[in-house]
Amino acid sequence: MIDAFYLDRTTTLHRLPAIAKLAVLFVLGTVLFLINAVVPLAGVFGVLVLLYVAARLPPRVAVRQLKYAALLLAVIAVAQGFLVSWPSAAIVLLRFSSLILAASLVSMTTRTMDMIAAFETVMIPLRYVGVDVARVGLALTLTIRFIPVLAQAAREVRDAQRARGVKTGWLTLITPVTVRMLRMADDVADALDARGYGRAER
Amino acid sequence: MISFDGVAVERQGRTILDSVSLDMAERRIGVIGANGSGKSTLARLINGLILPSRGTVRVDGLSTAADVDGVRRRVGFVFQNPDNQIVFPSVAEDLAFGLKNQGLDKQAIEKRVGDILAQFGLDDLAESPTYHLSGGEKQMVALLGVLIMDPKIVVLDEPTTLLDRRNSRALRRTLDALEQMLIVVTHDLEMLRDFDRVICLDGGHVHADGPPTDVIAAYEAISE
Repeated sequence: MIDAFYLDRTTTLHRLPAIAKLAVLFVLGTVLFLINAVVPLAGVFGVLVLLYVAARLPPRVAVRQLKYAALLLAVIAVAQGFLVSWPSAAIVLLRFSSLILAASLVSMTTRTMDMIAAFETVMIPLRYVGVDVARVGLALTLTIRFIPVLAQAAREVRDAQRARGVKTGWLTLITPVTVRMLRMADDVADALDARGYGRAER
Repeated sequence: MISFDGVAVERQGRTILDSVSLDMAERRIGVIGANGSGKSTLARLINGLILPSRGTVRVDGLSTAADVDGVRRRVGFVFQNPDNQIVFPSVAEDLAFGLKNQGLDKQAIEKRVGDILAQFGLDDLAESPTYHLSGGEKQMVALLGVLIMDPKIVVLDEPTTLLDRRNSRALRRTLDALEQMLIVVTHDLEMLRDFDRVICLDGGHVHADGPPTDVIAAYEAISE
């Protein structure tokens, strides 16, 4: 999912307000679980493929989104096939594939900043129970931004450990990667300060 | 104008800077010294990222302790590692971040972002994922993220350390063309040859202060 970021194009889908796209995604996510027949689900899947074409996103991008979840989807479908029925397996497969394609379509046609702004709008009522909505929005942004950085840090630590003959695994990675990310968190906090974060509210 | 008046910084019982008094008004000032000499601390004091344990740091008469917002509106800060400074997943969004913090509306932000990218010939990078940029491109984006906020003073903490020679030269050319007052903390002595003034720190004290040739010679003498 790390690669499912905005791809700049000038299409109607790109121009639609982020909040509208998120609302449609929310409704679609609900409707997909209410439909229990192969044909309409295949129809939804087909429409989503057409929307990828309309958004001028290359087919390999859609395939890549499904590839990330392929193993999990295959296991669920096979289990459904043997335990329930093969039409049921097809329903589950189409339902989850459509959901993944739809979510990726939204993220690839919406700038992160617009997406965060939409989340902040949706979360406005939470202000009344003391939630700092802007802070939650920034936390979401930072999470998206630093996932690849975290992956890179893990790769570097693993390579350094291998170079020294250490057998690597999750347990040997946790401490050095955590220490590194905590140091980085300090620097990022300084950078946010230096770039005037929160100044607009003061 | 930046002034340090009897500034000391102590952290966990250790003195990092001790009784530093300086007035800085030249357009390009370099800060050099060994690791742990207090260079980065001095740089961070100017932006109010660190507050003095004793003494006062003022920028255009504003104390960093009393008016940190006013100081940061005047002073931009470029960090050594741009990966820690770039907080948004795409270049245009990251450049917009500082302007959003200044309270500008969306249209004004988009115009300023487009203008600065065009000014530095980086239009093609606008929608690029920041994670996929090269080291040189990341450092440029980090610098533009500061310049877009139109500071009077730009402080750079070892901006060329993570760059190869080509990117280092490109960054130096960019810095040379800037109108702002620059304060550059660096180990890259070559970069400072045409600066107006260089300050050398040693053990938290000002060891030498003056024209680049003299100060670099003084630094090399204590580095032997």
